[in-house]
Amino acid sequence: MPDGAQPILDVRDLKTVFKTRSGEVHAVNDVSFDLRPGELLGVVGESGSGKSVTMMSLIKLLPIPPAEIRHGQALFDGLDLLQADEDTLRDIRGAKIGFVFQDPMTSLNPVFTVGFQVMEPLREHLGMSKSQARIRAAELLELVGIPAAASRLKDFPHQFSGGMRQRVMIAIALACDPQVLIADEPTTALDVTIQAQIIELVKELRRKLGMAIVWITHDLGVIAGIADRVMVMYAGQIVEQAPVRELFSNPQHPYTRALLETVPNVRGKRAKRLRVIEGQPPMLNAPPVSCPFLPRCRHALPRCGIENPQRVPVGAGHDVACFWDPETDGERHV
Amino acid sequence: MFDDPATRNKLVAVRGLKMHFPIHAGILRRHVGDVKAVDGVTFDIFEGETLGLVGESGCGKSTCGRALLRLYEVTAGSIEINGIDIADLSPKELRAIRPEMQMVFQDPQASLNPRMTVAAIIGEPLDEHTSLSKSEKLARIYELMDAVGLSRDFANRFPHEFSGGQRQRIGIARALALNPKFIVCDEPIAALDVSIQAQVVNLLEDLQEQFGLTYLFISHDLSMVRHIADRVAVMYLGKLAELAPRESLYHAPLHPYTQALLSAVPDPDPAVEAVTERIILEGDVPSPANPPEGCNFCTRCPQVMDICHIEDPEFREVVTGHYVACHRYNEAEDEFASAMAAYEENELNQQGEN
Repeated sequence: MPDGAQPILDVRDLKTVFKTRSGEVHAVNDVSFDLRPGELLGVVGESGSGKSVTMMSLIKLLPIPPAEIRHGQALFDGLDLLQADEDTLRDIRGAKIGFVFQDPMTSLNPVFTVGFQVMEPLREHLGMSKSQARIRAAELLELVGIPAAASRLKDFPHQFSGGMRQRVMIAIALACDPQVLIADEPTTALDVTIQAQIIELVKELRRKLGMAIVWITHDLGVIAGIADRVMVMYAGQIVEQAPVRELFSNPQHPYTRALLETVPNVRGKRAKRLRVIEGQPPMLNAPPVSCPFLPRCRHALPRCGIENPQRVPVGAGHDVACFWDPETDGERHV
Repeated sequence: MFDDPATRNKLVAVRGLKMHFPIHAGILRRHVGDVKAVDGVTFDIFEGETLGLVGESGCGKSTCGRALLRLYEVTAGSIEINGIDIADLSPKELRAIRPEMQMVFQDPQASLNPRMTVAAIIGEPLDEHTSLSKSEKLARIYELMDAVGLSRDFANRFPHEFSGGQRQRIGIARALALNPKFIVCDEPIAALDVSIQAQVVNLLEDLQEQFGLTYLFISHDLSMVRHIADRVAVMYLGKLAELAPRESLYHAPLHPYTQALLSAVPDPDPAVEAVTERIILEGDVPSPANPPEGCNFCTRCPQVMDICHIEDPEFREVVTGHYVACHRYNEAEDEFASAMAAYEENELNQQGEN
């Protein structure tokens, strides 16, 4: 991952709200991040932390209304995605930015053959003829490890197993050779042995094709194995961001630290009792005025109740939105 | 850590349990075959322990848990709970035993009636099985709410007003209402967020200690099972592949399936991840309606031998307390001993470092 390279995707101050009958839900609050060519960025957070909504906002895959992108900028190849019109976005979605979603059953259309669905982006975006597209589709299915690929083009999604369906989704996402692949919990619905197959596949495809990947997950274990860099989200904000080894060996935010201690493992030492993060994530019905993690934080300082901390750099490529300093157990001096 | 098995009381003894679901097809809905969801499992659960039951989706672990409580009419086999075989009991006799065995379900959203208040949900088992007066019942409901960490102020609220973790607490309180001995926890944390999972697991552990409960903890999450279970059973395609005390299963797994399953679990540490050698299994789980000949894992097994395609391996105890169904372990003790020795040495080293 070249550190100085120009980011391929540069997001600044993105804010997305949902308008509901009982008021606004502030799902994504002033999120800024970038993605460099060829890198795998892991996005970790619990349900409702805004990790999916952030990515969906970028290419307007959200129902608008009730969703509304309040403000922000998302530069992709010099073009601001948030200002782009629907035609431009249509050319980008599925072509330059590919997607893989969590549930491969609901994201494939059950009434069309798998071949049709893999060929669709090829014909739509690359203007291939039917016969060209069919050849390419078979190549793609082979690339993602589906045995006897050419003969399975006329099968329907229900004739594939969960892991195979997810491979089909990946083939569709990769069809137009995207620069960015957004994978939203791509292995969450799969069993561990199948998850291991898909992770190996993505690692291999990355070596071959070199696209940048955003991998959204709640599973720290998955992230540890594949990501170059990790963002931790909580209550619609990025609370910490660091290269993967740095994040796991030197976590700074109390939420990240607690999360790492909460998760049991199968290999290392077994804790007698699990560490618990007391309480629940906040309701996001008002823009945050204090630190959103404050009610659950065991290191809260007086200042945390007055202002919402901004991300500050604490090391090479490592920044954190927190006033508390684990070294001194007091307020951080920047 | 473990008492001598000979002196421990077996609360649950399952022998050759089978649960087949018929497949009907054609215009006449003729019986054309069976989905062999559970196909002959044998195990015991000792009083006061937690037995973890792990496996991938479709392996039959939930069906096994439900069959154990006679939520299904079992196809064959016996289930002794506290010395009584419940597999053939009449509905009336079964009803008398129901208070002893309860269940916590996976999806707290679906398993709580949205039109009932929390007090009504927790109190329903009391209505059915006891003759408490109104005030006694309310006192018991409050006691249960305290036990699972729910504020008494919430007694008249409805399930939708609670978060997933709190809903699971309601489900646990309901399961505890009749002072059961044995609780089947069917994926109780699968629908919860990581930070909430730990809360529920700790609660289950506290309640076990407080009330002397025995759990069957069904889960696909191998790391959480390692945390909560005393012994662990691994299920594959309707059969038990391996059953062992927790540490021997995690550090000296014998069955090739257990080995692959454990190696597939990602580790929340990039340094460990970088050096972990994965056994990547090929292909998918076969259909339980048409399991392969011989050993049911033979189609995916990296260590498959000729005999595996012909003969179904017997599920037997190869080392004390360590059961496995695999032809490779006809003389298992040497392999097991060396794996365990390596683990103990490693433990000692780690203690030295600390």
